[in-house]
Amino acid sequence: MIWVNQVIQGVLLGGYYALIACGLSFMFGVMRIINLAHGDLAILAAFLVWAIVEHSGMSPFLALALVLPVMGALGWLLQRVMLERSLRAGMLVPLLTTFGLAIVIQNLLFLAFGADIRSLAPAIGDLAFNSWSLGSHIYIGQLAGLIFLVAVLMLGGLQLMLARTPLGRSIRAIAEDPDTAELVGIDSRRVYAAAAAIAVMTVAVGGTFLGMRATFSPYAGPIQLIFAFEAVVIGGLGSMWGTLAGGIVLGVAQNLGALIAPNGFLIVGHAVFLLALGARLLHQRRKGGA
Amino acid sequence: MSARAGLSIERWTPLSAAAVAALAALAVVLAFGPLFLGANAVDRLTTLFIYVMLGVMWNALAGYGGLVSVGQQAFFGLGAYAAIRLASFGVPVYAALALGGVFAGLVALAMSPFALRLRGGEFAIGMWVIAEVCHLLVNLDPLINGETGTSLISLNAFAPQARRDYTYWLALGAMTLLVAVVFSLLRGRLGSSVQAIRDSEEAAASLGVRVLAAKRILFVVAGAGCGMAGTLYLATSISFQPAGYFSVQWTAYMIFMALVGGLGTFEGPIIGAVVFFVLESAFGASGVWYLVGLGATAVVFALYLPRGLWGTLETRLGIRLLPVGYRVRARAEASAAPAAKSG
Repeated sequence: MIWVNQVIQGVLLGGYYALIACGLSFMFGVMRIINLAHGDLAILAAFLVWAIVEHSGMSPFLALALVLPVMGALGWLLQRVMLERSLRAGMLVPLLTTFGLAIVIQNLLFLAFGADIRSLAPAIGDLAFNSWSLGSHIYIGQLAGLIFLVAVLMLGGLQLMLARTPLGRSIRAIAEDPDTAELVGIDSRRVYAAAAAIAVMTVAVGGTFLGMRATFSPYAGPIQLIFAFEAVVIGGLGSMWGTLAGGIVLGVAQNLGALIAPNGFLIVGHAVFLLALGARLLHQRRKGGA
Repeated sequence: MSARAGLSIERWTPLSAAAVAALAALAVVLAFGPLFLGANAVDRLTTLFIYVMLGVMWNALAGYGGLVSVGQQAFFGLGAYAAIRLASFGVPVYAALALGGVFAGLVALAMSPFALRLRGGEFAIGMWVIAEVCHLLVNLDPLINGETGTSLISLNAFAPQARRDYTYWLALGAMTLLVAVVFSLLRGRLGSSVQAIRDSEEAAASLGVRVLAAKRILFVVAGAGCGMAGTLYLATSISFQPAGYFSVQWTAYMIFMALVGGLGTFEGPIIGAVVFFVLESAFGASGVWYLVGLGATAVVFALYLPRGLWGTLETRLGIRLLPVGYRVRARAEASAAPAAKSG
């Protein structure tokens, strides 16, 4: 029974990973950038929400509504000031600049908020610990369920936006071939900036839910980036629903690993990621080598 | 050095021959350092040598191999761990320190078939995950006591003065060796291969450059070099806490040194290491603001001065002190690299 429970909890945890990963997946799909400051932006959003909640006593959900436009603007700015120039300089430069940005964000957060570990859980009352009972020993936390639902809605929303809206069409065109897209009158700078704004807004949602379901501190970003990246790679780079599947595989693997050994949670999670990566390389080689 | 100076006129200029001779002379003078320097200066120089190794290794990977790794702390930590393990088996402690670097190189060799097939960001974060896994696995060894860590107690067999001097010499020797190895590698066929790879991997492969083999050499040398830096750091601090050694901060330092000095220039990371060393001495005490400054400086250099301090200076002045490439000069007829023979 404990195994079944661990799998169910792993699936729910996977919902959180998908939530934190969808911005990373989206940005890679559109701009071919892997943003190494991704996790730190999530932590930044969590701290902003936390600060608003601390000072006004408002619900974190309401606070998130205030933080979202701020993070969107930050994403826009990030693209215009940093990523645009990085992208022109070649494949590797975005990695260097976003890594530098990550260090800046982490340490500024430390200066602003100190080393204390924070959580938004106290601010959401019963939602933090209430659960639905499924049979004898299996419970589904309401917050975990909500996070899973939000992840599905957000991935679905992004998918719909890409498929149906004019902005989505422009984004797809640019992801396919930026030069040709420019030729038919798409302003790639604006579209890239809009995509970055959207991506960073999803990161803010992920960071806020991280704050509700667990704790965070100024240097907690990198491990969130790693989990997000693992989910994206396991699910197949750039595919939205793949990211959900990847998150679920990662969450289940980690939870089963935790049953084996105390360190198993992380080791098994990383191992599944490396295996998935290896399997894909092997597959590519077979396809390419024939 | 005089034997080398007679090699080929199209890469050596009087200035670069003088620079190499001066560097060799500097190395000789430094070798006598402990005889005339104070204890503090010897310690500080040892740290500088470690930084130079780290900067040069990361630059060899990224600046020449096009491999941006965020996981070089894996080798830094594994080198230190291997030294502790070997010392616990009774290997003489300074031999254990040197072997720690070799071990890290072997690990790099073992993981290269997998790691080197990853591209761009995949390689960057893939290496980071590998570093995390190495950290977790090292923690499983009871000798290490988990995150509490342990110490290289066998170093205490030496008097502090002797230990300081031996560690200094080991660091100086390792740094000189690694810089010389990278220099001669880049001057040889590998240098032409990696340049071709950096410009276009597909085109290089089609010309018969063995892309994977060239990258593997850089990856293994960088692994061994970072491992050696880790064991030397262990020798200076004696204590081993896994989280400190497997910290991504080490890679952040390497990136800073390579970027500021000049990514893809041979001299750049050496200068970057000196800059980093000076900055750390001056501002390291201001803690977090210093780290903010490092991150911001790295971003600014990557965006606006991608060839770094040295690369910019080199282009402006048209000089080359440690020539690893070839230059077309009015008086030099041969311009193409002889290593363009297919491999």
